[in-house]
Amino acid sequence: MSQAAALTYPDRRPMPGMGVYNMKLGMWVFLLSEVMFFSGLIGSYVILRFAHPTAYPPPGTVLNVPLTAFNTFVLICSSVSMVKAFAAIEAGDQKGLRTFLLATTALGILFLSIQGVEYTKLASEGMLPMASLYHAVGRHGGTAVLGGPLYGATFYTLTGFHGAHVTIGVLCLIFTSIRAFRGRYTQENHGGIEIMGLYWHFVDLVWIILFTIVYLI
Amino acid sequence: MERWWMPLPEDVSTFGPRIDSLFFTILWITGIVFVLVEVLLVYYIVKYRAREGRRAIFSHGNTRLEIIWTTATFAIVFFLGLASQPLWYAVKEPARFPRGGLELNVTAKQFEWHVTYPGLDGRFGTADDFEKRNELDIPVGVPVHITLRAEDVIHSFFLPQFRLKQDAVPGMEIPAWFQATKTGEFVLGCAELCGLGHYRMRGRVIVQSQEDFQRWVQQQTQVRTADAAR
Amino acid sequence: MSTIALPHEAQAHALHHDDRSFVRKYIFSTDHKIIGIQFLFMSLFFLLVGGLLAMTMRWQLGWPGRPIPGGAILGDAKAPGGVMLPEFYNALVTMHGTFMIFFAIMPLLVGVFANYLIPLQIGAPDMAFPRLNMASFWTAVPAGLMMLASFLVAGGSAGAGWTSYAPLSAVPEYSGVHTGQQLWCLSLIILGFSSLMGAVNYITTVINMRAPGMTWFRLPLPVWALFITAILILLAIPILTGALILLYFDQTIGTTFFLPANGGQPLLWQHMFWFFGHPEVYILILPAMGFVSEILANGARKPIFGYPAMVGAMIAIAFLGWIVWGHHMFMSGMNPVLGGYFMVSTLVIAVPSAIKTFNWLGTLWGGSIRFHVPMLNALAFVSMFVIGGLSGMFVAATPVDIPLHDTYFVVAHIHYVLFGGSLFGIFAAITYWFPKMFGRMMNETLGKIHFFLTFIFFNLTFFPMHLLGIAGMMRRLYDPTQYPHLQPVQPMNEFVSVNAFLLGATQLIFVFNFLWSLFKGRKAETNPWHANTLEWAAPSPPPHGNFEVTPIVYRGPYEYSSPDSPVDYLPQDRPPLERPSPAPTLAPAGN
Ligand code: HEM
Ligand SMILES: [Cu+2]
Ligand SMILES: [Cu+2]
Repeated sequence: MSQAAALTYPDRRPMPGMGVYNMKLGMWVFLLSEVMFFSGLIGSYVILRFAHPTAYPPPGTVLNVPLTAFNTFVLICSSVSMVKAFAAIEAGDQKGLRTFLLATTALGILFLSIQGVEYTKLASEGMLPMASLYHAVGRHGGTAVLGGPLYGATFYTLTGFHGAHVTIGVLCLIFTSIRAFRGRYTQENHGGIEIMGLYWHFVDLVWIILFTIVYLI
Repeated sequence: MERWWMPLPEDVSTFGPRIDSLFFTILWITGIVFVLVEVLLVYYIVKYRAREGRRAIFSHGNTRLEIIWTTATFAIVFFLGLASQPLWYAVKEPARFPRGGLELNVTAKQFEWHVTYPGLDGRFGTADDFEKRNELDIPVGVPVHITLRAEDVIHSFFLPQFRLKQDAVPGMEIPAWFQATKTGEFVLGCAELCGLGHYRMRGRVIVQSQEDFQRWVQQQTQVRTADAAR
Repeated sequence: MSTIALPHEAQAHALHHDDRSFVRKYIFSTDHKIIGIQFLFMSLFFLLVGGLLAMTMRWQLGWPGRPIPGGAILGDAKAPGGVMLPEFYNALVTMHGTFMIFFAIMPLLVGVFANYLIPLQIGAPDMAFPRLNMASFWTAVPAGLMMLASFLVAGGSAGAGWTSYAPLSAVPEYSGVHTGQQLWCLSLIILGFSSLMGAVNYITTVINMRAPGMTWFRLPLPVWALFITAILILLAIPILTGALILLYFDQTIGTTFFLPANGGQPLLWQHMFWFFGHPEVYILILPAMGFVSEILANGARKPIFGYPAMVGAMIAIAFLGWIVWGHHMFMSGMNPVLGGYFMVSTLVIAVPSAIKTFNWLGTLWGGSIRFHVPMLNALAFVSMFVIGGLSGMFVAATPVDIPLHDTYFVVAHIHYVLFGGSLFGIFAAITYWFPKMFGRMMNETLGKIHFFLTFIFFNLTFFPMHLLGIAGMMRRLYDPTQYPHLQPVQPMNEFVSVNAFLLGATQLIFVFNFLWSLFKGRKAETNPWHANTLEWAAPSPPPHGNFEVTPIVYRGPYEYSSPDSPVDYLPQDRPPLERPSPAPTLAPAGN
C-alpha cells in the first residue's frame, strides 16, 4: 500500500480537529450509534413490559440470577484485564500486553460459554422466543407456565444481540492478539489496542444495564 | 358552502364546519405567505438579474430583519397551535365527548366493517343486539359514540363527509364520536392500507331522522328475534 | 491563539502516475470521488426504477381496470390480461416509496455528495477511512439488488407500504406476501450497515480532516448540511434496524412484538418507525438545502444571507427532529393529549424551515443573478419547498389532519418536499458539480429544456393531488372509482396521470444529456462557475489525492463580489492581497 502512504495528509498535525486521531474518533462515533441501537431495543422492552406486566414473571423465577451475576463478574474482570493490556503497552510492556489480551479473550469466551449454557438450560425449561412454543415453568418446579411469550422474545432479543456484540468483540480480540504476538503494537503506536478497549468497555457497560433491567428488576 | 375551486366533500357533522373553517384559516395564512414569498422571488429574479456593469451588493445578512421574521413565524405557529388545541380535544379526547346518544361497536376486518347495534334496550351483550355489514345507520342530531376494534390488521375508519378519521388497531378499543347534521347517504371508507382488498373496504352511512331510525331499530330487532326463533 | 505555519513542506505528490489496476481504480476503489460516482450511477438507476413503478401506478389510477399497454410482460401473477391486480398495485406503492426514499434520494444526497464533496470542500485528500467507504458502497449494492429481486420471488415483493405497518407486514396471511416482506426487512437492515459506515466516515472526516484555516464557520454549507445529516443517520438508522429486526423475528420465528396476541403492540412499530422516520425526512432534505445555499450564492454572486442563521436553523432542525415523530400518528389511536403535544413541537420545527427560506430570498436580494441550469433548479427548489412546507402546516394542525391524514394531500406534501425540494436540489447539484466530477460541462440548452418541462409537469402532476386529498381520496388506493365521493374527481386523476407520464418522459432528456455530456460535453475548466470553495481549486476532475498542495483557507466560502477582489469572487484559498492593514492571523480551527 505504498500508494496510501504517498497520499497521507501532508499536514498531519491534529490541527483543525478535536486532537483525537481518526480511528479513535471513528470508534466513538460508531459507539454513539450503538447506544441508539440498544436504546431502541431497551425502549421497546420497557414499553412492552409496562403495557403487559403479567407476561413478565418475578425476577429469579425463570432466569438463573446467581449464574448470570457470576457471568457479569466475568465480563467486568475482562474489562479490567483490557485496561491492564492498554496500560502495559502504554508502558511498552509487550509481554504484559500479550498476557492481558489473552486473558481478556479468554474471559470473553467464558462469558459466551456461560451464556450458551444458560440458553440451553432455559430452552429445555420451555423458555423460548416463539410464541407458540413458550411454556416456561421456571426453576422451582411445578407445571404452571410463568409469564408469557413476550418475556421469552424480549429476553432472547436483548441478551442475544448483546451476545452477538461480545462474539464480534472476541473475534476482534483474537485478531488483535495475533497482531500483538507479531509485535505490531508499540509504546508509540497502539491505537488498535485503545479502540479495541473502547468497544470492549462499551459492550461491558451495556451488559451491566441489561443485567439490571432484564434479570434484577 | 359550495366552492367550485375547493372540492371539499359535503360537510354534515357538528364539528365538521369548525374543522373546515380552521382549514380555511390556515389556507389564508399559508396563502398569504405563499404569495409573499413567490412574488418576492420572482421580483428579485427579474430585478436582480445579471446586467452589464452592475455588481452584487456585498452583504452578509441583516440581524434585525432575521429577528423580525423569526418572531413573526413564531407568532403565526403559536396562533395556529392555539386555534387547533380546543378543536382537537373536542373531537378526539374521550373526557370531552358529549354525553348520551347512540352507542355502537364497529369492528374492522379484512375487508369489511361490522357494526353492532345494542338494539332496543340500548345495551350490548343482550339478545336484541344486531349487526350490520358495511352499513352504518344512525339518527340525525344525536351524538354517535363508536368503539372501534380491529380483528386482523390496522384499518382506518374514515367518514369524509363527517370530517372524521380514526385508525382501528387490533388489540385496542378506541373511542370516537360524531354527530350528523343532515339525513342522507354518505361514505364510510378505509384509509389505512390493510391488504389487497383495501380499495373495496367501503361502507355506507345512512343518516335517518330520529323517528325513522327508531322504527328501523325496531324492525331490525324483530328481524333478529324472528331469525332466532326460526 | 497561535498562528499556523504555512506548510512549506507540503510538496506536490507523485499524483500523476497513478498505477492502480482498472479494478482498484474504478470498481473496488477507495477513492472517495470514484465511490461518489459509483453511488451516482447506482442511485440514478434506482431513481429510474422508482419512476417506472410510479408510471405503472398512475396508469391504474387514471384508467382503473384498463389493460396496461405492454402489460402482458408482467405475467398472470401480477397483471392477468395486462390489468394489474390489487396485490400488484400494493407492491408497486410499497416499492416505489422504498426505492425512492432508501435507494434513490438518500444515496443521491448522501452517498453521492457526502462522498464526493466533503473531502474536496474541506481540503482533504480523501475520507478518514477510505476502505470503510468502499465497504459502504459495496454493502448498498447487494441491498438494492435484494430489494429488486423481491419482485421475482413467489408472492411478489413487499406490499405493506414503505412504512410497513404491522400486523399487515408481519403476518403473511394478512398481506398475501411471504418472502417479499422478509426480503424487504433484510435489504433495509443491510442498507442500514452501509449508511452507518458512511456516517461514521463523514463525521470523522469533517471533524478531523479539515485543511488548515478551515474553521467551523468557514465550512461551506453543503458540508454543514451533510455533517448534520450524517449525525442524524448515525442516530436514526440503528432505531430502524432494531425495529426491522423485531419485525423480521415476528415474520420468521413467531415472536409477537408487534402482534396483539400475547400482549404485543402494533403501535410500537409505528413509534419506532417514526422515531427513525422523522429524522429520516430531514436526512432527505438537509443536504439539498446545503447544495441549494451554495448554488444560490454562486448564481446571485452574493454572500449567503445570514450564514450563522443558516447553520443554526439546521442544528435546530437536527435537535427538534427527534421530538416530533408523533405527528405521523395523530389518527393512530395514540393518546390525544400526546397528539396535542406533538402538534406543538411540529409547528415549532416549521420555524427553522421558514428562516432558511427567508434567508434564501435575502441572498437573492441585491444580487447579480446568473441563470445557469444549476441556479434554475435551485430557484425551483426554493419556490417548491415553500409549498411543501406550507402544506405541512395543514397536516401539522391536528384538527385539519383528521380529514387529510392518509389522503392524497399527504402524497402531495411529500412530493413537494421530496421531488420539488430534494430532487430539484439534486438536479441542481448534479448539473453544478458535473464538470468537477467528469471534467466536462453538461449541455446548457438541454439542461434548460429539461428544467422547464420538469418544473411545469411536476406542478401539473402534484398540485392537483392536494385537491384530490381534500376531496377525500385515500392514498395507496388501487381503484378510486370504487368510492361514490371520488367519482366526480376521476377526471382529475386522469389529468394527473397524463402529466405524470409527461413528467416521466421529460426525465429521458436528463438521462440523454447526462450520458451525452459524459463523453461529448465541452471540456470543463478548473473553475467554470467562478466559485469560491476548495473543490474548484483542484483540477477537473481532481486526481487521486485531490490537491497537489494542501490548500490553506483564508476566509469563508461565500465572499462573492467582495470589494477585496477585482473579480466578483474570492476563493477560500486565495492568499489575501497585499494591503496596508496587517496580514490577518490564521487561528486554528475548533478554538
Ligand atoms: C415545515 C415543515 C414540515 C411540517 C410541519 C411537516 C409536517 C408533516 C406532518 C404533520 C406529516 C404527517 C401527515 C399525515 O400523515 O397526516 C408529514 C408527513 C410527511 N412529511 Fe412532512 N412536514 C414538514 C416538512 C417535511 C420535509 C422537509 C420532508 C422531507 C423532505 C417531509 C416529508 C414527509 C413525508 C415523507 C411524510 C409522509 C410519511 C408517510 O406517511 O408516508 N416533510 N409531514
Ligand atoms: Cu384498508
Ligand atoms: Cu415527520
